Amino acid sequence: MELVNPILEFKKTCVSYSKQTMAVKYVSAAIERNTITAIMGPSGCGKSTLLRAANLMHALYPNIRVDGEILLNGQNILSMEPIEVRRKIGMVFQRPTPFPTMSIYDNVLAGYSLNGIRLSKSERNEIVEKCLRNVALWDEVKDVLNKKGTFLSGGQQQRLCIARALAMKPEVLLMDEPTSALDPIATKHIEDLILELQKDVTILIVTHNMGQAKRISSRSMFMYLGDLVEYDDTEKMFSNPTDERTRAYLTGKMG
Amino acid sequence: MSDKLFRIFLFIAACLIPIICGGIIYALVTDAYESFEHFGFLNFIFSSEWDYTEGNEQYGALPFIVGTMMTTFLALLFCIPFSLPVALFVGEYFKGTPVAAILSTVTDLLAGIPSIIYGLWGFFTLRPIIMALDISPEGSSILTASMVLSIMIIPYAASLSAEFIKMVPADLKEGAYSLGATRFEVIRKIVFPVAGSGIFSSYILAIGRALGETMTVTMLIGNTNQIPDGITATGNSMASIIANQFGEADGLKLSSLIAIGLILFLITAVINMIGKIMIKRARIS
Repeated sequence: MELVNPILEFKKTCVSYSKQTMAVKYVSAAIERNTITAIMGPSGCGKSTLLRAANLMHALYPNIRVDGEILLNGQNILSMEPIEVRRKIGMVFQRPTPFPTMSIYDNVLAGYSLNGIRLSKSERNEIVEKCLRNVALWDEVKDVLNKKGTFLSGGQQQRLCIARALAMKPEVLLMDEPTSALDPIATKHIEDLILELQKDVTILIVTHNMGQAKRISSRSMFMYLGDLVEYDDTEKMFSNPTDERTRAYLTGKMG
Repeated sequence: MSDKLFRIFLFIAACLIPIICGGIIYALVTDAYESFEHFGFLNFIFSSEWDYTEGNEQYGALPFIVGTMMTTFLALLFCIPFSLPVALFVGEYFKGTPVAAILSTVTDLLAGIPSIIYGLWGFFTLRPIIMALDISPEGSSILTASMVLSIMIIPYAASLSAEFIKMVPADLKEGAYSLGATRFEVIRKIVFPVAGSGIFSSYILAIGRALGETMTVTMLIGNTNQIPDGITATGNSMASIIANQFGEADGLKLSSLIAIGLILFLITAVINMIGKIMIKRARIS
């Protein structure tokens, strides 16, 4: 597998919840810029944990420890301020989480208002329209921008959350099983959207849906019990995996 | 057979509560009737005369309604800066840690201290301080009573607020953190708005608690029967005037005291009902 211009790099990254249990073990992998990379694996393999470490989510929980390095453009984010890192590396969660007290409009701008960044009215309007267009939600919600975000359907809520993350103009977008709570049609919408977005942002997506990884990603990682078992071009991994465990997982014998 | 007996027993026990409650309301209304009839309902509420010279008896509830409002409002004001941080500490910052468990146990312990103890502490410790600081000449005042009252209602406001703060979903907070928000911003813009109506309702219940508090207030408020002209003045609350004077009251005066009791009961019932309805709504959403 060839990497031309990596943006994010895990170097011997370890995540542990306690002294005894290591959820992610010495993962080293570089993520290519402006591509979609999928992380697959059975439940409890550490894929979400690894993803969350790249957003420094572990910093919120004092019992979680991250060792090794995670480099963004060559800079170790583990020694940077979480706030600064999270503005460059956005995240979309499993369950859509529009902020219930904010309108659709304010949800898109939440990243700015939460950070106390003041924008002019025209800047705000521009960001809201652009981001909602980016996630193909604009036509559906342009007349109800003042309604609460929670009033939307699950798929629309998730697209709103993606718009909210994109509004901060992140370089990397982390997605933690973003379609697992959605129906097949909403899932299709999100997948199309992810494919569309990769020209602007590097996407690292955790999924336990092999079909999804195959449909959207150009590179795939397979994790098992905290180890990164295999990392290759998606096409190669699905047609001819090198590791026995990968093969067992992809053929449905394990998982 | 025993099953049937048990059911009859349950039925009687269950009926007893509404009967007792109805009986209390009935007694209050019938005994207060003389006063309302003599002075007129509105006139009784808005009159500030409290004169028991025989032949010229004049009773009005206004000074005590004002006294109750002032002590309750001040107690609420003093309690917020303590109960809100405690709620945040227990429900957010140190959620699930032993420190939080200890703090919330100690806070709840405050609720279990008999009010006479608060009264004694206020009388022998706080009152001399108020006197020494020259805030009020006798040390007893609306302010003194409110300060002790505020400590008494902290556990009610804090533990319920903490429950609502705890209930703010973690993924909502993580969503905000993932956008680069600081903890303070997450609390201000996510936790407070989401838990807001629940926090508000817990303060309503705390008010309900403060309105009827009798012993502590009676010991510290100074027991004078005019509308207090400031927070350092002495006064009487609705509960404290009753506690003070029921012993030597009869006839019209007794009826007037009971009428004050009825008004207090109604206000407290309404406040508690509003609080409970709000809590229910906050839990559902």
